[in-house]
Amino acid sequence: MAFGFVIRKNQYYDSVFLMMVSKRLAGTKGVQQNAVLMGSDANKGLLSNIGIHDTQIDAARPTDLIVAVIADTQQIVNQVFDNLDEYLQGGVPSASVSKLHSLEDGLTQKPDANLVTISVPGEYAAREAHKALEFGLNVFLFSDNVSMDDELKLKQFAVKKNLLVMGPDCGTCLLDGVGIGFANVVRQGSIGVIGTSGTGLQEFTSQVHNAGFGISHAIGMGSRDLSDKIGGLSTMVALDKLEADPSTKVIALISKPPGTVTLTKLSKRLRTCKKPIVGCFLGIQNEIKAGTSFQRAHLIDDAVRLSILQIGGTPVSSQDQFTLQELEWLSRENSSWSSQQKYVRGLFAGGTFCYQSQQIFQDADIPVYSNAPLNPKYRLASPDHSIEHSIVDMGDDHYTLGKPHPMIDGTMRKQRILAEALDPQVAVLLLDFILGYNASIDPVGELLEAIIEAKKMTQNRGGALSVVASICGTDDDPQDLSLQIRMLQESGVIVFRSNAKAAHFSCNLIKRR
Amino acid sequence: MQTKIDELLSKPLVVINLGLRRFAESLEAQKVAVIHVDWIPPAGGDKALADLLDQLL
Repeated sequence: MAFGFVIRKNQYYDSVFLMMVSKRLAGTKGVQQNAVLMGSDANKGLLSNIGIHDTQIDAARPTDLIVAVIADTQQIVNQVFDNLDEYLQGGVPSASVSKLHSLEDGLTQKPDANLVTISVPGEYAAREAHKALEFGLNVFLFSDNVSMDDELKLKQFAVKKNLLVMGPDCGTCLLDGVGIGFANVVRQGSIGVIGTSGTGLQEFTSQVHNAGFGISHAIGMGSRDLSDKIGGLSTMVALDKLEADPSTKVIALISKPPGTVTLTKLSKRLRTCKKPIVGCFLGIQNEIKAGTSFQRAHLIDDAVRLSILQIGGTPVSSQDQFTLQELEWLSRENSSWSSQQKYVRGLFAGGTFCYQSQQIFQDADIPVYSNAPLNPKYRLASPDHSIEHSIVDMGDDHYTLGKPHPMIDGTMRKQRILAEALDPQVAVLLLDFILGYNASIDPVGELLEAIIEAKKMTQNRGGALSVVASICGTDDDPQDLSLQIRMLQESGVIVFRSNAKAAHFSCNLIKRR
Repeated sequence: MQTKIDELLSKPLVVINLGLRRFAESLEAQKVAVIHVDWIPPAGGDKALADLLDQLL
């Protein structure tokens, strides 16, 4: 085994670009491990964790590129560094290279800007967001690792300046038909939605589109806006705006459980809303009472149905109602399981899908473990090792620190699928696939080989692995939705267009055993 | 009076993108007026120096 590294001074790249270079390096024969990152303190810590130390690395600055390689031979290490420019150039995007390097530079080109989208490393994000607010610009803040104190300061400042901060950790927005961040291509319509969860917003907006209706605006708030520390500062502003927006006829709110104090404040606000409002607070049963204009939805699919009803439409059937075909699958699937097979393993790219699936299992009285548990009693001791029924959020920081999110790249989930298939007690593999702008262009293709192999491994032991998947997306998304579905179905995967339905189906498979 | 947030919901978006280039590319694909900034950490990544410069400017 051989090791080497190079540092390139003042050569800065964004994190997705670096991850793509790292992926290309990983595909090089003889390369065992590699790291392609900027010389920030956090990244230097990551290198140290994998045993890479050097005084030159310690001295590297956040604007310096570090490439470290562990390979079978020194010759391979040298070859990688000799060809480093090719690896880097392979990641150069099609658009022309910008000569602009700061927000002020950007403003010289777009003095009439009304929004700044920020996805710089978290340690710098609050500073850039604050600058944008000072310039009188609304902010879409994708970056995470922004402190709660900074988030509060930013949102208080935004309220004072009559501006909106969406984020930090905001993945999705649809403003007047334009998708920002991870967003699906959906038709415009009269349903407005506010969400503290990116994949929750994607699922809601896609399902509205797939049911034949449309979205006025979908406004992401970031995962912590409804915490008691932040107090729903941005959510309250967004509610006011959608209430006043002439194109919005009904407002939906999708969220994980808000803080106790914020929940009281929010429920008062929801009950006085002048427009019909549908609230889906995943993980909460009874704390908010419905009012004349306010209706409760248990799951995202319920929120879609109630919103469609409010605009006079006819919604699709409920997620727990199965068609004759689906009932036939239910009785067929578990008939080939071995006597040992009894557990579900959910591997999710979408955090909300992980959460919602746990809620469905909990409703069915099936205890399920997770790295992001609904009930702390069921926290996995190690996120990397499933036990009994387990549902894993693979977009969690544990997996994404220095590595691409599973919505962008399927490598980590592929490995985990094969690891789960080694367990003879696994009966059902529950997956999600998320389409839309900025997501992987072929999410199914990335995992298909591993799914087929996992099925084969189970078959060789005399059993059968049931693979149940949901696809979040629309037929207008950049990925080919029908091809993605067909690829799964042709490999024996049972596909649903809703995560809730896929989770219900998996529950039923287990219960019917 | 129309605020900047009202404009966000009622007027065409004009966006400055700091960070991931693919976000700007997806907006371009939707015919949105967007300018991508190849953002680099201020003051070579020295946050104390960046704060000092901010105070001076």
